[in-house]
Amino acid sequence: MMAPTGDPSKRNSRARSALRATIEYLERGADRVFGPNLNPFAHLGALGFFLFWIVAVSGIYLFIFFDTGVVDAYDSVEAITHAQWFAGGVMRSFHRYASDLMVVVLVVHVAREFALDRYRGARWFSWITGVPIIWMLYASGITGYWLVWDKLAQYVAIVSSELLDWLPIFGEPIARNFLAPGSLSDRFFTLLVFMHIAIPLILLFIMWVHILRISRPKVNPPRALAIIVLLGLVVVSLWKPALSQGPADLSKVPNGVGLDWFYLPLYPLVDLWSRGAVWALLGGFTLMLIILPWLPPFRRARPAVVDLAYCNGCARCVEDCPYEAVRLVPRTDGRPFDQQVQVNASLCVSCGVCVGACPSSTPFRRTTDLKTGIDLPDLPLQTLRERTEEAAAGLSGQERVLIFACAHGAGSGRRQGTVEVPCVAMVPPSLIDYAISRNLADGVVVAGCAERACYNRLGVAWSEQRFARQRNPYLRARVPRERLATIWASPTEKGRFAHELAAFASAVASLPPSQRSPEAPPEDAAVEATAADDTPEELVP
Amino acid sequence: MTAWARIAGQLGVTIALMAAVAQLSDWPRYHQIAANTAIIRLSFTHGSNRQAECRRRTPEELAKLPPNMRKPLECPRRRGAVYVEFDLDGQTVYRASLPPSGISGDGPARAYQRFVVPAGPHAIAMRMRDTPRTEGFDYVKSSDVVLAADANLVIDFSTDAQGFVIR
Repeated sequence: MMAPTGDPSKRNSRARSALRATIEYLERGADRVFGPNLNPFAHLGALGFFLFWIVAVSGIYLFIFFDTGVVDAYDSVEAITHAQWFAGGVMRSFHRYASDLMVVVLVVHVAREFALDRYRGARWFSWITGVPIIWMLYASGITGYWLVWDKLAQYVAIVSSELLDWLPIFGEPIARNFLAPGSLSDRFFTLLVFMHIAIPLILLFIMWVHILRISRPKVNPPRALAIIVLLGLVVVSLWKPALSQGPADLSKVPNGVGLDWFYLPLYPLVDLWSRGAVWALLGGFTLMLIILPWLPPFRRARPAVVDLAYCNGCARCVEDCPYEAVRLVPRTDGRPFDQQVQVNASLCVSCGVCVGACPSSTPFRRTTDLKTGIDLPDLPLQTLRERTEEAAAGLSGQERVLIFACAHGAGSGRRQGTVEVPCVAMVPPSLIDYAISRNLADGVVVAGCAERACYNRLGVAWSEQRFARQRNPYLRARVPRERLATIWASPTEKGRFAHELAAFASAVASLPPSQRSPEAPPEDAAVEATAADDTPEELVP
Repeated sequence: MTAWARIAGQLGVTIALMAAVAQLSDWPRYHQIAANTAIIRLSFTHGSNRQAECRRRTPEELAKLPPNMRKPLECPRRRGAVYVEFDLDGQTVYRASLPPSGISGDGPARAYQRFVVPAGPHAIAMRMRDTPRTEGFDYVKSSDVVLAADANLVIDFSTDAQGFVIR
């Protein structure tokens, strides 16, 4: 019946572990420079949206001056680039380099989500809708290169059309439009312009769908990070403006072109492989991405369940769920509340954040079966309390430190005095109060993921806000803050975790004995205080 | 670290990353063909004659058809294959029987072949057969061309010109 404490999603392949270690190494480096709040790795999705808007705005500006006829397209781009280098030239560079950065952001985003195992279960939707984003982004970029109608455009047009002609869906081979001078008509060129506008709009639509199932999606990076990105683009645009590579000439082979290796890395393959082999590579890669969420090992903990006897529809779990898996619906049990909560099992990842948010999740209750309004079948609150007591029973000496460790952070593992949870935000603040006020431990450490990479997105943020009494349920004021520490560290930061843990344990050991072992409050008083803080009167047993 | 030093570091890292991105946006250069070579493209779309002549339906056959489909002539849609050969400097480098396109086989046959050749003089010859005959050719053309490095020579087929066209 009971699942093992360890989260099965931690069973990683060596390749994934190596990828994760690499990404986290880079993330920690970025942490040192940018700090956790501005770390670009923590804002990859938001940066993708931000770069899209830069590309869109710069593209609109360029379109105003662009001539859509094949004869004048090149000259109009040259005029934009040189005659108004301070505006159009910079905008063109913005357009290109922000597009390239979108590819960088996309690749890192995909690799990071894969490395962190955040594509299975309820996350399949965001993963799957990310696949057409890859295709649309590349289609947008490639059609954009055609429009300049320089030598690179000629190369891209010929290779693209040769690739497309391999597919048995076109009547007249597209490549024949680029055979010789005079082959290409204004009408066909205008079609390309239309495609370069339509495809990015489709891309934006899919990006919107991509985040539909995410609670509080970040679509804007922090302002400071946005300014840094813009300043960087300005500097690079002035230092190395995006330029054309000479007018297209269909009587000559566009040889020795400077390829954009972000958008066109596979194009040289067409000269080495057959076109069918290139399509097989693209199709195989796409298929692999699509089926990835359903490949073994299957990891699905049972979703959260609601116990209406302990739910008054306060909506705190609805507010805190990082996946919008909990919603309010009209009351069905006749109790005097307007609403109740309902779990959408297909969206629930069993992180337990809702359990930590529920005001009924108070361990001070003396009932035989500790129940709460919303609970995890595989790790119910009662089991969590029992494990807390078991872990505390194994502690001894002058520095009894109890650890609530996220299964995805550095604190996970079988360390003595550790209670492992799917997410630290599953731990109700009252459980920390319980551990200290009942003298189960001299200090409590809440050890979650790295701040920039919370496995369940909002677990670190919610925990910090609850401890700071900024978010319900609050950590009660009577809990001595010097006996509580938070350590946010990824699995590759076990050294830092051990160092901070030792420092906290030492600090706890130095506390006066009177504070180190406070007298436990009477149980009734604790229940009353908890009820006054958090729990609706009707629900207090 | 002071706030200004941190900001300078953030900008420095960002600019370095973007400079790398900018550099990779057009470097290193790619040469799709070696130096002193050129490309000859043999490309055409050409429909051969239909495989069978139109036939007048008998009154009995017409009576069996729905009233709105009683066309007196029945014309098979399927076209025959187009056979083509291409010689380069006396060697046959391409030989193919190109089927008609389309689900019903009533579209034109298509060819698109690319040949990388050394720059300089070349003797080229093209032959095509688009009728049911099995021997000989309906269209023949040969020519001597001189290709500069990176030249793009196109061999097309034009029905209007009644034969191969070199562009």
